[in-house]
Amino acid sequence: MPDETTAPSALPADADAEPIIRCINVTKQFGSQKVLHDLTLNVKRGERLVMLGGSGAGKSTLLNLMAAETRATSGQVIVNGRNICSMSDAELDKHRTTMGVLFQSGALFQSMTLAENVALPIREHTDLVDRTIDTIVKMKLELVGLREHADKKPAEISGGMKKRAGLARALALDPQIIFYDEPSAGLDPVSVTEVDQLMIGLNETLGVTTVVITHEMTSAFRIAHRLVLLDQGKFVAAGSPDEMKNSDDPLVHQFVHGLTAGPLTDRRDDCDYLTDLLNPQR
Amino acid sequence: MIPVTRPISRIGARLIQLITFIGALGLLFRDTFAVTPRMVFVKRGRRLAWSNLWFQLYRVGVKSIGVVGLVTFCIGAILALQIGPILDDYGVASQLPGVIGIAMFRELGPLIGAIVLTGFAGASIAAELGTMAVGEELKALRSHAISPVRFLVVPRVLATIIMTACLATLSNAMGVLGGMFTANITQGMDYGVYLNATFESAKALDFVTGIIKAAVFGMMIGGLACFYGMSVRGGAEGVGNATTKTVVISIVSLIMVDLTFTFVFYTLDL
Ligand SMILES: Nc1ncnc2c1ncn2[C@@H]1O[C@H](COP(=O)(O)OP(=O)(O)OP(=O)(O)O)[C@@H](O)[C@H]1O
Ligand SMILES: [Mg+2]
Repeated sequence: MPDETTAPSALPADADAEPIIRCINVTKQFGSQKVLHDLTLNVKRGERLVMLGGSGAGKSTLLNLMAAETRATSGQVIVNGRNICSMSDAELDKHRTTMGVLFQSGALFQSMTLAENVALPIREHTDLVDRTIDTIVKMKLELVGLREHADKKPAEISGGMKKRAGLARALALDPQIIFYDEPSAGLDPVSVTEVDQLMIGLNETLGVTTVVITHEMTSAFRIAHRLVLLDQGKFVAAGSPDEMKNSDDPLVHQFVHGLTAGPLTDRRDDCDYLTDLLNPQR
Repeated sequence: MIPVTRPISRIGARLIQLITFIGALGLLFRDTFAVTPRMVFVKRGRRLAWSNLWFQLYRVGVKSIGVVGLVTFCIGAILALQIGPILDDYGVASQLPGVIGIAMFRELGPLIGAIVLTGFAGASIAAELGTMAVGEELKALRSHAISPVRFLVVPRVLATIIMTACLATLSNAMGVLGGMFTANITQGMDYGVYLNATFESAKALDFVTGIIKAAVFGMMIGGLACFYGMSVRGGAEGVGNATTKTVVISIVSLIMVDLTFTFVFYTLDL
């Protein structure tokens, strides 16, 4: 396991091959609100990509598009060489089984034990007999260090364990890509590190392509091969951890260092506030 | 906006809301029926679905048995107390068992059973699915390519259909018993005489139409509960709203559908 200070290891050698995910001129609109503007992004096979950005920047929306949870308004999302925007619902379902998503809360099924949670996708999508499924479930839970807790219900375990259990379930069908939406939100620093190491470990041992949204800068730099910064639905910067840390771009600088003064915050305009106060209609 | 048009546009908005609601509910039922055959014929679907169905049958039905039995027994007794003296005035006191039997079999058995089940199963299904929606569990199911309709809705709707039919049968029996004991106490009518008279008037047709009604009621309770549960947005408050809506809308639509059924059976002379 890499410790907290070393730079992340390099990409696997075949990473220059065809990217596993290609977003081409992707736009997403909710009603009249344009959330993503004409984005283009490639994710290489085996890469660990971290998406940064302020609240409402559109990170989750982009992740949902790549994970085939929603469809783009325009543009193409190509995963493993196939355009998921033009797939039928049935094809999309089949496609989803090749990916795992870790939801913010873990999204475990509360009425089932951890083992049953992990077993569910396997039961649903394979013809394996129960004994084999049990074995696979044990292996997945062992990967995230929860084998002893297999028979507990989600309500009986801590937040960090829920995240890990959710990860075990996401791993159930041996996905090629895992998407993590804020895996460290609401966790104590030790659990954050544990989850980070788990993500890195899974990527390195199983070669799973990893796409992570996080607000924790330390984790972001610890995990990432590459980071992208989203702002108001557009990419404003991309680069390796070192490039981002030492960037001259004022926006990147402000975000990475969490400063209150900078282009991100200057957008708010005092003028508006005054007119708003003096104008009782609104 | 010109004031005159305001009520019109409000009615229009309501109408659109209603049509959207009916459309969405219709889609849910369509999906439900479209995937049900998989439970029987496809091996993979079968494995998950059956274990789930047993559990739902138990959870929907078994807990409600006591209450349904008690309520319908009392209804039978009430009917006997109310109608008995009137029939006596006309000198046809011996008709009491038949009146109660037909009222229970055709109408009250299915309806009372369904209303009790709305409170028991409908509310709890809506709350359960609502909590799952809030906890991103539905999203997680979809992301694992497991259809929430097949995994969650089908077993619940089937369970409510089967259980309302069973509970209606129980209600019928308890109502008749309630009437029988009361008639024995107030009019000294013999148990055997009472039962004979019941089955002389209330025929298989009365029973069957009642059970058909009950099955439709069950489908409505399960469908509405799943619909409102799965549409929950926004936390605990949403769950509460969904539960309330399920119970209120279910009871109103049960009565409406009951009226329609009765009218149709009446015109068809069934
Ligand atoms: N289903 C939806 N319907 C309408 N608007 C939506 C929907 N989902 C997201 N949005 C809007 O899209 C914008 C971007 O949302 P998104 O969840 O992608 O932000 P985010 O970058 O993930 O923020 P956070 O860091 O807070 O999670 C927000 O303004 C949000 O209001
Ligand atoms: Mg988000």
